[in-house]
Amino acid sequence: MKKGVITKVSGPLIEAVNMENANIHDVVEVAEYKLIGEIIEMRRDKASIQVYEETTGVGPGEQVVTTGMPLSVELGPGMLGQIYDGIQRPLNELYDLSGEFIDRGITAPPLDRNKVWRFEPSAQVGDEVKPGDILGTVKETEVITLKIMVPPGVEGKIERIEAGDYKVEDSVATISGQDVTMIQRWPVRRGRPYQNKIDPVRPLMTGQRVIDTFFPVAKGGTAAIPGPFGSGKTVIQHQLAKWADADIIVYIGCGERGNEMTDVLNEFPEIIDPNTGKSLMEKVVLIANTSNMPVAAREASIYTGVTIGEFYRDMGYSVALMADSTSRWAEALREMSGRLEEMPGDEGYPAYLGSRVADFYERAGVVNCLGSDNRTGSLTIIGAVSPPGGDLSEPVTQSTLRIVKVFWGLDYALSHSRHFPAINWLSSYSLYQDKVDRYIDENISDSFSDLRKQAMSLLQEEQSLQEIVRLVGQDTLSDEDQLKLLTAKSLREDFLQQNAFDDIDTYCSLEKQKRMLELILTFHDHALEGIVKGLYIREIDRMKVRERITRMRFIPEDEFEKFEDIRVEMEAEFRTLIADREAQDA
Amino acid sequence: MLKEYQTVTEITGPLMLVTDVSGVKYEELVEIQMQTGEKRRGKVLEVGTDNALVQLFEGSDGINMKNTKVRFLGKPQELGVSPDMIGRVFDGMGNPIDNGPQIIADERRDINGLPINPFARLYPSEFIQTGVSAIDGLNTLVRGQKLPIFSGSGLPHNQLAAQIARQAQVLGTDEKFAVIFAAMGITFEEAEFFINDFRESGAIDRAVLFINLANDPTIERVSTPRMALTAAEYLAFDEGMHVLVILTDMTNYADALREVSSARKEVPGRRGYPGYLYTDLSQIYERAGRVKGKAGSITQIPILTMPEDDITHPIPDLTGYITEGQIILSREIYNRNINPPINVLPSLSRLKDKGIGEGKTRKDHANTMNQIYAGVARGRDAKELSTILGESALSDDDLAFARYSDAFDERYVNQGFYTDRTIIETLDLGWDLLKILPREELKRISDALLDEFLGKVD
Ligand SMILES: Nc1ncnc2c1ncn2[C@@H]1O[C@H](COP(=O)(O)OP(=O)(O)OP(=O)(O)O)[C@@H](O)[C@H]1O
Ligand SMILES: [Mg+2]
Repeated sequence: MKKGVITKVSGPLIEAVNMENANIHDVVEVAEYKLIGEIIEMRRDKASIQVYEETTGVGPGEQVVTTGMPLSVELGPGMLGQIYDGIQRPLNELYDLSGEFIDRGITAPPLDRNKVWRFEPSAQVGDEVKPGDILGTVKETEVITLKIMVPPGVEGKIERIEAGDYKVEDSVATISGQDVTMIQRWPVRRGRPYQNKIDPVRPLMTGQRVIDTFFPVAKGGTAAIPGPFGSGKTVIQHQLAKWADADIIVYIGCGERGNEMTDVLNEFPEIIDPNTGKSLMEKVVLIANTSNMPVAAREASIYTGVTIGEFYRDMGYSVALMADSTSRWAEALREMSGRLEEMPGDEGYPAYLGSRVADFYERAGVVNCLGSDNRTGSLTIIGAVSPPGGDLSEPVTQSTLRIVKVFWGLDYALSHSRHFPAINWLSSYSLYQDKVDRYIDENISDSFSDLRKQAMSLLQEEQSLQEIVRLVGQDTLSDEDQLKLLTAKSLREDFLQQNAFDDIDTYCSLEKQKRMLELILTFHDHALEGIVKGLYIREIDRMKVRERITRMRFIPEDEFEKFEDIRVEMEAEFRTLIADREAQDA
Repeated sequence: MLKEYQTVTEITGPLMLVTDVSGVKYEELVEIQMQTGEKRRGKVLEVGTDNALVQLFEGSDGINMKNTKVRFLGKPQELGVSPDMIGRVFDGMGNPIDNGPQIIADERRDINGLPINPFARLYPSEFIQTGVSAIDGLNTLVRGQKLPIFSGSGLPHNQLAAQIARQAQVLGTDEKFAVIFAAMGITFEEAEFFINDFRESGAIDRAVLFINLANDPTIERVSTPRMALTAAEYLAFDEGMHVLVILTDMTNYADALREVSSARKEVPGRRGYPGYLYTDLSQIYERAGRVKGKAGSITQIPILTMPEDDITHPIPDLTGYITEGQIILSREIYNRNINPPINVLPSLSRLKDKGIGEGKTRKDHANTMNQIYAGVARGRDAKELSTILGESALSDDDLAFARYSDAFDERYVNQGFYTDRTIIETLDLGWDLLKILPREELKRISDALLDEFLGKVD
């Protein structure tokens, strides 16, 4: 085939001519180093190519060879527990090849070619199959059984299928003359096919109180976490990866810190997933394109991750994907756009920023998967956003908020006062709230949404009451209003705050969330009654049981009877106080 | 023989366009010989089929388009590395300026380095004692961390940086230790201050200095931190040393980058800085760390002055998005004659938790850290309230917190630049201060620790 010739090098962008045989979005090999690149624009025979490795030392006259294939990922057994870079090169293999620094021009296959997997067929010779039908299974890890699906584009009669030990490239079945292996290749920029989308209604349980109770995200839904630096975006993303009740987690470190990925690599294998009882790493795929790694691969990392997520969704799993941070991806877009000398939009971002952001989040959803068994799978996408100076009016935040359904707004003032997670309960929202309420009320506890509404209205009232206090002092408030302030404070400190680094507090089941809320609000009700019977707010504030309420977050998941103890103690203490008061009055 | 071109056709700011060239590579180093015989250097920013855009490190002043000769040197900008760099002073481009001999390099390395594979990293967890209580006690630094100092013009960040360079040590080890100091656009006096300080304390014998002064070529500054970090990587990962890198002032660095960008007529981002400032800064800051199988480490303390003390300015903002916390100096505290004027409330070391506790510092460290911090926050609030409503509006507890917060500033923070406190002294001082508060207010410290450190109450 005709080889292209480089005519220009400008950082990660190169131009080459003689490229008329290549297709837009083809992957190419650049120069002597065989750097990996992707064609992002074609004009007659001239291609603009973004290169996924450093281009130092590359110059005009050198060759470009197209692979004829778009940027794709390999999908198959062996991805779980792996850490890949933005273009799915396995980082552990790269470490073996080039040591602590990533050299240029090195590569390794994403799926281990020599590893042997046990394939158990579930279809039989003679079955008529079409794309998405399940041929059999491979136990990929302790907790996940990978389903070998008929790849898109293949259909007909199964002529051969056999149980056995296979390598990923071996044929496990023949369908109308076509061999099927355990690997599927899929171009990352195109969503994988499904039958149809379904409305997301089931909550993704995350074990994080402020999220599950107040701003839930549905399985198959979308959420964004914008916040200034240090406000807790990464900690929340890690918490979701650790505790969310998704079958599969895809975690993308996109243009962020190397040490954060190391942290994940150290911690996740040690964590026991409450949903499976096994190590968390058994269900996690990591993508790391840290900020010092080439910027073009950062742009690709988001798509690599989401395509892997879709693959597990297609098997009928619930997948949760975290991308930290989508702003770095948008900046990579901006950088390439600038080098292409495109017309800049707001703050230099390309005019198509909004549509790219939308395309990405649109790949989330609950779907009826391809295949005749009508299974459903879901892909939830949760993106961190890093607005410059914490200013939410900037383009990336704005285009994200136009598309996502949940907004967890992190607040500098809260993180500054060490209120974590620093999710602002007055400005955040979840558009899944009603659906999730219905689901929880029907399936878990019918009083849950009432508790939540009561708590939220107290928190909202707190703000206006505090305004008054700031102007004229606390004493002018009625006892009822002072009690509202007291309860709102308790909601903030004893419920909304949650320490990610405490062994117990880090995860809180919905059952425990409900009991905690109930206690705080029961206290409030008793206190109201007490006030009517003449108790002073000061006395109520000093009640001994309040100390136990502040410590209830540390009650382990298997000792819920303690909540009942606290309630009994609370009622007794109120009775005594009221009795004393009545005795004094008499 | 390298080809020589006399085809400079355009000069704008620090950029030069050379036409009719062939065989030029991206990032290639360029040598320019002026009509006067003076030699300058540059690097290729962009290259087309027959032209190359060159960034001139020493600027374009006095260059005559017709009589200037240009040679492309066939390699990127490099630094010759060797253990002999230690104890030496270089300019911002890596040439010795201390009248010592030329360095005989073991190896020449591309100053841009290569990205560390995240799989190869070791999580930073070894406590570095800086001898500064506000850092060691509350914002603990660990080996392999990048922890910047956010300062303002006129604040004593240099004194603090020199103090850290002088005092920093890892307890219970006698491992090889080096300081690399990179100055970008600081004044002669500031540079002299560091050099003298290093001389007096003997730190110079384990230091490597790269100095680009305010009156040195601006564009050279873009290379200086990369020179320093190339030396650091060599000493850390080839020579097994623990290297502390001080980069000052990152604001001047970013301004130089902005100058190049605007000469290229790139679409400016916030406040005229290029859109890739985040990526560029992270390629500097992410060169800190520890890696598997290597004894050494690179710890970075970048210093930057926040224009107008504004933390949302792009330079501190993007730095904060990359580094692992920040130490913030405050003008208000400085004006109260408290030195070093560290404002502990907005300061944070994100890696502190893995570096403290039993076996690293002391078992009471985490608890007291949180309590001291919470106490200062409450004390400051109480003081604010008393300025509005008068002291009589404060409860007894609040009064205690207000007194505590004053004592904290006075005794804990205000140690001066020449007091070197052990972590034990810092922790004990913390307990001394906490005694000002009613014991039942020490809610963040476990009863067992309270009993042990304050004595049992009956
Ligand atoms: N839930 C939490 N519990 C306790 N501490 C927390 C929590 N969330 C955040 N923190 C504290 O805040 C620090 C910063 O959090 P994090 O790294 O998540 O910020 P970020 O928003 O991702 O910042 P950046 O944009 O710079 O990456 C953490 O190192 C930790 O000290
Ligand atoms: Mg983060």
